[in-house]
Amino acid sequence: MEDRAKRTVITVVGKDTVGIIARVCTYLAEHKINILDISQTIVQDYFNMMMIADFSTADQPFSKTSEDIAALGEEIGVIIRCQKEEIFDMMHRI
Amino acid sequence: MINIFEVNETNEMIEHEHLDVRTITLGISLLDCMDSDLDRLNQKIYQKMTTLAKDLVSTGEKIEQNYGIPIVNKRISVTPIALIGSAACKCPEDYVTIAKTLDHVAHEVGVNFIGGYSALVSKGMTPCDEMLIRSIPQALAETELVCSSVNLGSTKTGINMDAVRLMGQIVKQTAEHTKERDSFGCAKLVVFCNAPDDNPFMAGAFHGVTEADAIINVGVSGPGVVKTALSKVRGESFEVLCETIKKTAFKITRVGQLVAKEASRMMDIPFGIIDLSLAPTPAIGDSVAEILEEIGLECAGAPGTTAALALLNDQVKKGGIMASSYVGGLSGAFIPVSEDQGMIDAVRINALTLEKLEAMTCVCSVGLDMIAIPGDTSEATIAGIIADEMAIGMVNQKTTAVRIIPVIGKDVGEQAEFGGLLGYAPIMPVNNHSCEAFVSRLGRIPAPVHSFKN
Repeated sequence: MEDRAKRTVITVVGKDTVGIIARVCTYLAEHKINILDISQTIVQDYFNMMMIADFSTADQPFSKTSEDIAALGEEIGVIIRCQKEEIFDMMHRI
Repeated sequence: MINIFEVNETNEMIEHEHLDVRTITLGISLLDCMDSDLDRLNQKIYQKMTTLAKDLVSTGEKIEQNYGIPIVNKRISVTPIALIGSAACKCPEDYVTIAKTLDHVAHEVGVNFIGGYSALVSKGMTPCDEMLIRSIPQALAETELVCSSVNLGSTKTGINMDAVRLMGQIVKQTAEHTKERDSFGCAKLVVFCNAPDDNPFMAGAFHGVTEADAIINVGVSGPGVVKTALSKVRGESFEVLCETIKKTAFKITRVGQLVAKEASRMMDIPFGIIDLSLAPTPAIGDSVAEILEEIGLECAGAPGTTAALALLNDQVKKGGIMASSYVGGLSGAFIPVSEDQGMIDAVRINALTLEKLEAMTCVCSVGLDMIAIPGDTSEATIAGIIADEMAIGMVNQKTTAVRIIPVIGKDVGEQAEFGGLLGYAPIMPVNNHSCEAFVSRLGRIPAPVHSFKN
């Protein structure tokens, strides 16, 4: 499988509603993706959540998870993004 | 561990401030394709390029997906074609066949542009160099994705005025050949002084003869990110201003570094350089002129513009140099008129003139870029504009360039449309006092003295 070893940041941004985290977590659990950290804030009524997940045990390629989870976001009415953690590390850590 | 605010900051830059990687440019050496038979030469070029570049576009797309960062262009640069065709080409039309091969490759592998239809004639022209240069108008009119550049001078060699005069004619002929599309051909043609061998940006990209067989160069962008950062420090001192630009340039460049390393790893082609340029697009909020406004000018072109641009350019370099292991190319702030909404607006209200742009090129990274002038501007005047810009590069030991578009059939007050990233431009007035006798002199301007600096 492609590029599994890296940690991935999953962000959810949108209008708050019941069960956002539950649905994302369920999807990740179904595909054997381990969540390492979750934090969330509400900015101007907007739900803002970030997860760091370990894809090393995932049962499918990164691209599939990324597409599925974006589609799941659309269904709930929020924007969900999967990005490899490296981009944030590169930008914010020396 | 990364926190939510850092993640949000990065995503905010991507989503609202136009942070993107402007280009991944694959440099390919064509030296081993040289042949005395024109058909065989074209065949070898086609074979080598389509083999090496077959995964370029898909690699770019995969990186986009992995990191959520847009990669706007995937491009190829090749060894200057004047050299590659020297054994096979007997007339300018022979060179045009190579341009068509390059165009065919570009369509086949799905890249946005191929650069390197070039000649390096800073001291003298071989008959092959001259043939390539004379073929440029036809080559650019009959191809879509091929870009051409000519290096006319350098700090070490001086300026080849014979080539400058010839380029005055060639720019005009290229405009004529593409007059039904607002002389679009000239948007794909640039002349240089001190051209770098590893520039990933078009129209001036070519793969220098001192480079490896294939190499990945990356150009980053992000004027919008700098502008937004500066909007948070309005009224602060120069120290705070400069620190903010540096930090922002650092962050932008780190993304470029990541993308370059990933592309290099995935394609198994060595990483060359990151080009630190701030490259604007016609989109609102993606403008270098707007950064100048944020620094404190009413609009680009106002007194203080050159100083503000000098400061911006220097801080971008200072921030970017630490962010990348290898920096090269042009690296600075681009000031193309047609590709920058703020510049276009400044030209429209007569705040920004050709002369002020020329002054700005003394401190920015490139030169007179994407400037539309009246179609009836004489060849000698165009050569004079080129000579002025080459002189600035030669004396200041920097790269300068001219990409100027005499829009056939249009005059001051009208507008030229180029479309896409190339944007649109109001036609700017040109000083039409003659320089005919000056540019008609034969030979070259000697290299400048390197001491007694004043």
